[in-house]
Amino acid sequence: MTTETSRSTDIAHAIVDELMDRFGSEVLTQQPTLTDMPVLWVARERLVEVMQFVQQVDKPYALLYDLHGVDERLRMHRRGLPPADFTVFYQLMSLERNVELMIKVALHEDDLRIPTLCNVYLNANWYERETFDMFGIDFVGHPHLSRLLMPPTWNGHPLRKDYPARATEFDPYTLTMEGQDREQAALRFDPESWGMKRQSRDTDYMFLNLGPNHPSAHGAFRIALQLDGEEVVDCVPDIGYHHRGAEKMAERQSWHSYIPYTDRIDYTGGVMNNLPYVLAVEKLAGITVPERAETIRVMMAEMFRINSHLLFLGTFLQDLGAMSPVFYTFSDRQRAYHVIEAITGFRMHPAWFRIGGTAHDLPRGWEQLVRDFLDWMPPRLDEYERAMMDNSLVRERTRHIATHTTAEALTWGITGPNLRATGLKYDRRKARPYSGYERFDFDIPVGTNGDVFDRGMLRIEEMRQSLRIIEQCLKHMPDGDYKADHPLTTPPPREKMLQHIETLITHFLQVSWGPVLKPNESFQMIEATKGLNSYYLTSDGNTMSYRTRIRTPSFAHLQQIPAVINGGFVPDLIAHLGSIDFVMADVDR
Amino acid sequence: MSWLTSDVLVLTVIAVLKAIVILLGAVICGAFLTVVERRLLGLWQDRYGPNRVGPFGAGQLIADMIKIFFKEDWVPSFGDRKLFVLAPAIAFASLLLSFMIIPITPGWGVADLSIGILFFFAMAGINVYAVLFGGYASANKYALIGAMRASAQTLSYEVFMGLSLMGVVAMTGSFNMRDIVNAQEGFWFIIPQFFGFVTFLIAGVAVTHRAPFDQPEAEQEIADGYHVEYSSMKFGMFFIGEYVGIVLVSALIATLFFGGWHGPLLPPIVWFALKTGFFVMLFVLARAALPRPRYDRVMQFGWKFCLPLTLINLLVTGFFILLGA
Repeated sequence: MTTETSRSTDIAHAIVDELMDRFGSEVLTQQPTLTDMPVLWVARERLVEVMQFVQQVDKPYALLYDLHGVDERLRMHRRGLPPADFTVFYQLMSLERNVELMIKVALHEDDLRIPTLCNVYLNANWYERETFDMFGIDFVGHPHLSRLLMPPTWNGHPLRKDYPARATEFDPYTLTMEGQDREQAALRFDPESWGMKRQSRDTDYMFLNLGPNHPSAHGAFRIALQLDGEEVVDCVPDIGYHHRGAEKMAERQSWHSYIPYTDRIDYTGGVMNNLPYVLAVEKLAGITVPERAETIRVMMAEMFRINSHLLFLGTFLQDLGAMSPVFYTFSDRQRAYHVIEAITGFRMHPAWFRIGGTAHDLPRGWEQLVRDFLDWMPPRLDEYERAMMDNSLVRERTRHIATHTTAEALTWGITGPNLRATGLKYDRRKARPYSGYERFDFDIPVGTNGDVFDRGMLRIEEMRQSLRIIEQCLKHMPDGDYKADHPLTTPPPREKMLQHIETLITHFLQVSWGPVLKPNESFQMIEATKGLNSYYLTSDGNTMSYRTRIRTPSFAHLQQIPAVINGGFVPDLIAHLGSIDFVMADVDR
Repeated sequence: MSWLTSDVLVLTVIAVLKAIVILLGAVICGAFLTVVERRLLGLWQDRYGPNRVGPFGAGQLIADMIKIFFKEDWVPSFGDRKLFVLAPAIAFASLLLSFMIIPITPGWGVADLSIGILFFFAMAGINVYAVLFGGYASANKYALIGAMRASAQTLSYEVFMGLSLMGVVAMTGSFNMRDIVNAQEGFWFIIPQFFGFVTFLIAGVAVTHRAPFDQPEAEQEIADGYHVEYSSMKFGMFFIGEYVGIVLVSALIATLFFGGWHGPLLPPIVWFALKTGFFVMLFVLARAALPRPRYDRVMQFGWKFCLPLTLINLLVTGFFILLGA
């Protein structure tokens, strides 16, 4: 195991040597972290060069995985790091090397300018807009630097440390009629500001506002369409209507009490959301989780993957106009919830994983419940495939519609099933196993065309693979503890609590105050229901996180919409929206 | 006034009463279908459907009527008020009036027009205005797209809907519906006019905007299309009108291709009701089973497949009639 780790660390650090050779140590500063990837501070002036280098290096870092900022002004423990008031970080992925790399740039309060990366990585666009929105950092050269999540009329930058996190810290909210008119006027779509023409030589375009409340927008999502007849000439997705400031809340909640908030990020994913968070916290705390806890976690995460994919399948076919399947998939979900409810005590948002394990052990009789579900699902999946995916109307609506190639998908940061639909066999559970996935035997289904049909079909196959994983969990559930015996396990195992005063105090402190984690940074990426989801945690030696960055797959998937749908028809757009499987809570956080 | 004898008066009163009974029956059937459809969909979709009001949920209709009558009857201030009010009236009336021509039993029927089928085509043609006015008068982009889709679709499908029935007309030698039913005493027209039946069924679904040809409404795409701004009973008129349309098309299919009231043992009215009910079920089943094709494909299908098929059908029918003569 240790040799394996050091080998992968070597590969991960190969890029550091390459960069050092090219740019020298005066440009680059290395930071040791628990993120499992090299972290390099780069001088702002050389940022674009460095990025172009890693993008074009042999076995390139083709995917800009994440980009965001940190307000460093209140951070106590930053010895050895370049002085900074704000930091912008870039997380890059190389699928060929199977490693990540983090680049950081230090900025000072009186000069918050940084060159844009929109010309290097296309998907930097929305990330930079969000960073501008949240921190007020000016990305010089950005084609349309405006607020993304907050309303255009908003004052202040919410993720700054001097911005209040609670409503009670503000004056009471009022809205006058004039104020309402002003807000509504600010939301009016202005084609000229997006470089759109109102008419061409022989047509007047229609600008159609699809959403924020439209039956097929899958939540509060708005997309402004420029239409020629029913053909989509251009479109602008507009997000932020579901923004709750989950990252800001993390800075006020203890490491333990933030777990329920993670449930609500991808609200169809349930405990799947807890997984990257608790894994990242466990890295900070240095907890090794018992094998039984890992297996229980995998089993429940896969239950939720099936649950989420069933919701996808029903609504996807509903968007194609087939009204019946959604009722069938919902009764299947009911059966999944039956198992989930018996094990966790909740349905949609169990918040059931804990730092160091799970909330409870599996209840008596869980085997039969899981067995019933495993027997129930396969014939239903076959039926969906036969009745719907083989239907010629469905095929006509979905084949070769809204296609994208692997390279295009990577440019836009597309991950998960939508990436695999293009034929690329990248699944985080296989590529970099976490929580004991290396012990399971399952296949990675891939598509061929990267079209709407493949994205739908792939998820049916993924459900079959998830059933296989659950079956293995059922057959080989290890004995042992469901919680690690570690001082930072929260809450600590109750049976040990009443033994002596030391454990009683620990229990009391961790339940009332929360565990205190050493200053460091950690990172965990998982293959969530909709794609790659990760938590990047910064601890400043406190009971709360200093900065929690949640990278969600749906955000990237929505940014890509104009690239695949322009030139298609409105019904194609609806089919595409159905096929990318997003929930707005996962986009806006 | 010498012609106004008591016999004539009685006959007139009876005819008027019959007409009222039939048209009222059609409306009630249409209205009741809203509940029947939901129950049937429930059956096919692994759920119950409305089953709380009255026995088997039959009282749901009354509850729905009360609800829809008491909803706010909103007329958009930015739209065209006159056309907005006129549209649902046209939608409802044009389809209901078509019931006039349907011979229910040898003794029952509203009018025995010599132009029979042509009257139905005329009414179906007028029905397009309802959608067009509704979509235009709402001053809503979704409604406009829906109206555009509906007009284009209905016009295209009416072209071959007319042609699909010409085989039946040619074989009977009359547009009169009673003549057509009487001509089917030996064998039903479904046998010689199978392609006519298929294309008429397709066109009938398209003209009533039912799934899978519900592109003008397409909730998932254009949020209910041309009647998106309608509420209360104005929406109700569109809604019931659609179901009256289903009953109408089903009754027409039964009359034109399946021998109308003809059938062994059972009385004519029962045969007529059974046949009509069967096709109503078919409409509901299609909605439960099929996804929605893309709008441009629907148009292509109409022009490139159905229209040539009806033309060939007509030619072949004509050939055999000439051969027989």
